[in-house]
Parts: sequence; C-alpha cells; structure tokens
Amino acid sequence: MEIVFIVLIAVLYAGGIFMLLRRSMVKLLIGITLLGNGANLLIFLLGNITKGKPPVIDSAAKLFTDIYADPVPQALILTAIVIGFGIQSFAIVLLKRVYVLVNSDDLDDLNTPEEEDI
Amino acid sequence: MIDNTIVFPVIVHLFTAILLLFFWRKTIAHRIISILGNTIGMLIAIRLFTKVWQGDILTMQAAGWDSPFGITFVADVFSSSMVLLTSFSGLAVSVFSATGIARGRIIYGYFPIFHFLLMGLNGAFLTGDIFNLYVWFEVIIIASFVLMTLGGRKAQIEGSVKYMAMNILASTFFLTGIAILYGITGTLNMADLSLKVAALENRTLVDLTAIFFIIGFGIKSAVFPLYFWLPSSYHTPPSAVAAIFGGLLTKVGIYALFRMFTLIFIPDEFTRTLLIGIAIFTILTGTFGAVIKTNIRRLFSYLIVCHIGFMVGGLGMYSEVALTGALFYLFHDIMVKTNMFLMAGLIRKLRGTMNMDKLGGLYAQYPLLSLLMAIVLFSLVGIPPLSGFWPKIYLFEAGFMDNQYALIAAIIIGSFATLYVISMMWAKVFWKDQPATEGETVLTDDFQPLSAFRKSLLVAPIVFLAGITLYIGLGAENITAVAKHIAGEMKDTTPYIEAVLGTNESQ
Repeated sequence: MEIVFIVLIAVLYAGGIFMLLRRSMVKLLIGITLLGNGANLLIFLLGNITKGKPPVIDSAAKLFTDIYADPVPQALILTAIVIGFGIQSFAIVLLKRVYVLVNSDDLDDLNTPEEEDI
Repeated sequence: MIDNTIVFPVIVHLFTAILLLFFWRKTIAHRIISILGNTIGMLIAIRLFTKVWQGDILTMQAAGWDSPFGITFVADVFSSSMVLLTSFSGLAVSVFSATGIARGRIIYGYFPIFHFLLMGLNGAFLTGDIFNLYVWFEVIIIASFVLMTLGGRKAQIEGSVKYMAMNILASTFFLTGIAILYGITGTLNMADLSLKVAALENRTLVDLTAIFFIIGFGIKSAVFPLYFWLPSSYHTPPSAVAAIFGGLLTKVGIYALFRMFTLIFIPDEFTRTLLIGIAIFTILTGTFGAVIKTNIRRLFSYLIVCHIGFMVGGLGMYSEVALTGALFYLFHDIMVKTNMFLMAGLIRKLRGTMNMDKLGGLYAQYPLLSLLMAIVLFSLVGIPPLSGFWPKIYLFEAGFMDNQYALIAAIIIGSFATLYVISMMWAKVFWKDQPATEGETVLTDDFQPLSAFRKSLLVAPIVFLAGITLYIGLGAENITAVAKHIAGEMKDTTPYIEAVLGTNESQ
C-alpha cells in the first residue's frame, strides 16, 4: 500500500515542479494544484496508514494498547484541502484577469516597462 | 501561566473586520472604525507586552485541550514585542490609508481585508503549534493577495502573479516540512517538537527537514536565491499596502525562521554555515540591486532584501550577542521600512511620481517634511545615535568573536551601499532643482489642495513612526534589554517548554 503512495507522491511533486517551471500561466496553475495534492498525500502517508483500526478507546480499558489509525493527519489534510481550494480559486480568477489585461498566456509578457509604474 | 487574554490581539482585528463588513460601501465609517480598531489593538498589545515583560510566559490552551494535544497560544517576550510592533505599524498605516487609499479601493473592501491581514500576523506571532502557524501564514497570504490586486491596474496584476506563485510555492514547502516533521516525531506542538527533535538519532533526516523550512520561510522573507519576487511586485500596490508588506510580511518569515531555528532545529555546523552563506549573498545582491534603481519604491524593495541579510546573518552566528543584534535590527527594521514606504506614498502625493530623475526641489518647497524624512533615512543608514547603528555593533562584536570575517565584510559593504543609495536619493529628490518637465508630462501636486485635516492624516503616521524610531535609537538601552532577554530565552528554551507543557511533566 505504502509503495503506491510513495510513487504517486513522487510523480505529483515532480510533475508539479516541472509544470511550475513552464512559461505558460495555465501550466503554472496546474503545477500549483499538483504540488498541493502531493503535499496532502505526503501528510497522509507519514501519519502511518493503518487499516480498520479506529482510534476509539474501549470504555472498559484505561490504556490504549492497540494499534490505531492516527486521526490527526486527516484533520490536517482536511484543513490543507480547504485552504488549497481557496487559494487555487483565487489563482484561477487572477490568471483570468491577467489574460484579459495582457492578452497572453506567456509569463515573459508580464513586464510592463518601468516608466509606466510612476 | 495560563491567561486567556492573549488571543485578544487576534480577536480585536477579527471583530473589526466583521464589523466593517456591515458598513459595506460607507467609506467614512470604514476609515473611522479601522482607526478605532487599530487603536484598541495597540492598547491591547501594550498591555500584553507589559504583562509578559513583568511576569512570565503566558499560554492559552485552545478549548481546554492540554498541550501537546490541543493548539497552544504562547506569548513570550519575542511574540509579544512582535505583536506590539505590528500594532504600531497597523495604526500608522490605517491612519495613512484614510487619505492615502483611493475611495474606489475602500468601497471594494480595503479595510476589512487589511484587518484580516493584521489578524493573521498576530496569530502567526502568538501560536505555539506548527500547523496552526501554517494556517495563519495562509490567512496572511490570501489577505495579501487581495490587497495586492485590489484596484486592478495592469502593473499591479502582473506583480501579483509573481507574488502569488512564489508564496504558494513557499507554503507548499512549509507544508511538506510539517508533514515530514510530523512523520518523524508524531507531534505538532512546538515545545513538544523541541524535545522530540533533540532526542532523534538520525541527524541527517533532521537537517533535511530543516532545509524544507529554510526554503519555505526563505521565500517568504526574501533571502538570496529566492528573493526575485519581492522587487518585482512590491512597487506595484498603493504605498500604504506596500508599507505593511515591506514592514511586516517579510519579517513574519524572519520571525518564523528565528522561532524554528532556535526552538526546534538547534543550528548545527551545517545549518549555521548555510544561513551565514545565504546572509552574505542576500546582503550583496540587495545592495547591488538598490544602487541601479531610479524608482524610489524599487530602490526600497532592494533595501528590504539587503537588510534581511543582516538578521539571517545574526541567526546564523547563533551566539547570544549575535541574536541580540539581529533582534534589535528586526525591531528597528519593522518601524523604519513601514515608514519608508509611507514616505514614498507622501512623495508620490507631493509630486505625482516616484521616479527620482523626475523629482527634485522637495527641500526648498517643504523643508519641515524633508527634515522629518531625513530622520527616518538617517536611522535606516545607521548614523549614531539613531536606531540603525546599535544593532550593527552587536553584529560586528559577534562576528569578531565567531571569526565570521566574510559576514562582517558583507555587513560593512551593505551599510556603505545603503549610505550611498540614501545620499544619492537625498540629493536627487530633495536637493536637486526640480527638472524641467518636457512636453505633456506635467507633475501634479495632490497634497496642496487637500484640507489641513487630511494633510495631517498623511503626515501624522510618519511622525508617529519616526518618533518610535527615535526612541529605539535614543533609548537604545531599553531595546537592548528586551533584545538581550529574548536572546537569552532563545539560547535557553527551558522556560518556554515548561510554560507550554506544564512543569509537572517535565522530562
């Protein structure tokens, strides 16, 4: 199970960084999204994946001796997904606005000469 | 000591922002509520600082969950002094914005977002939980994205793309670092992390994790190979926004670096060399960039980069003297950098441009304003006895004790280049005659037609911040005492850890 996650995370990070380095703004956006998903999966993986063992303590027991699934990473991922969602939607709107103003998808066209910025 | 009032600096800005949303499109109400909110915030911050300074470290466990399981808020002297400086900057920028921000931007919610930004900053300074720190960083960046794009001029939007891309990348690195740190220690509480990371056998893994944090916070605080987004975006938003960005947003990255690298990752030989190397190149690239710029705000942006290097260098040397110097510089830098961008905004109002080749003759026309600006510029350069001078003594002393001659040389070059740049700017903007405007470009004076009250709203914040800068310079022994105390807490983190985890379970 873990090995699948490791490969997937590696692909997401590598793909994300590769996309970030392209000149197109849409690819920049895809890169941000891929990286965010990679980071979320990494938290999930590093929280020690355990199947079918809820972190619920038996009412009779005083101590928790069993192996259990850590609930914290899931809370962290949920938070990170919500934040990522907000930021990515802002990024989409911003890039749409840039496209309207600059009429280009090329990041190298984003250099208004210094004279114009008063 | 448990004290629930330490979240007040966060709450006051949250409530102000929500209250402002009820007065949507009412610009005068927005201005008044924002200034009131910031005044209350400042009083709360002063109270928090005096409480922490006199007594011990205050903590608050969110919803009563004991640390290390719940989210802890901690106010030690470092946090509370940062909150205090944030409140000074916030009040000054809020007053300046009342006139300095165009009506169109206020209608579209400039002030609510501004308060959300301040809330994020205060939260980041006060939290004692590393994932919570990440969340506050996201609050800060999303608010700063909106402030940066609000108004929607072409140059502004273009700058925002660079700013947004680099900041999101920084957050991803930070999140990756948190994931690995949680994987190897199983905790998120900073005090608990401090104990658990120190006990780890595999130091290579710790160094590797530390690299993620250096990259993440390095992008945010604009250190050497990662600073390019800053000079290409900070000159685009309105000056009031640039002031809060230049004064505080890079410094929150520095705060996080100091917190992480004095509490969790105690710098070993490798990290220290890395940080000092970064510092040297940051200072040099910042100065070389500043020398060739003709736009005032671009010049100031490079000076931000240059002076970030001083603080990172102080952290890299990691002795008590070096940390004292770096912290003193941090306090001085927040006040002066905020004020410099406000001054750039005032010059823009006076002349309608920020291009130094088109400016001139300000000293002849406005001698008193020019003298006020001179105080700030001289503090930045560090002419004794003003505030930029004292921290450099400590940095030099630490450098000689630690045999870091390359860093000392870089700091000297950085200081001289700052002096050169500022005197060049002084000569071009204030002393030189107003150059004859050729053709259709007539410079406009937006300042003269304003009423006396609105003029004072523009000048008062600069006077206020200049007064604090003067106090930092002339009352240096008090600031040194605070900086020394914090440096002591950084070298010996036991009080912090005990305050958070409780003395009864000290290990």
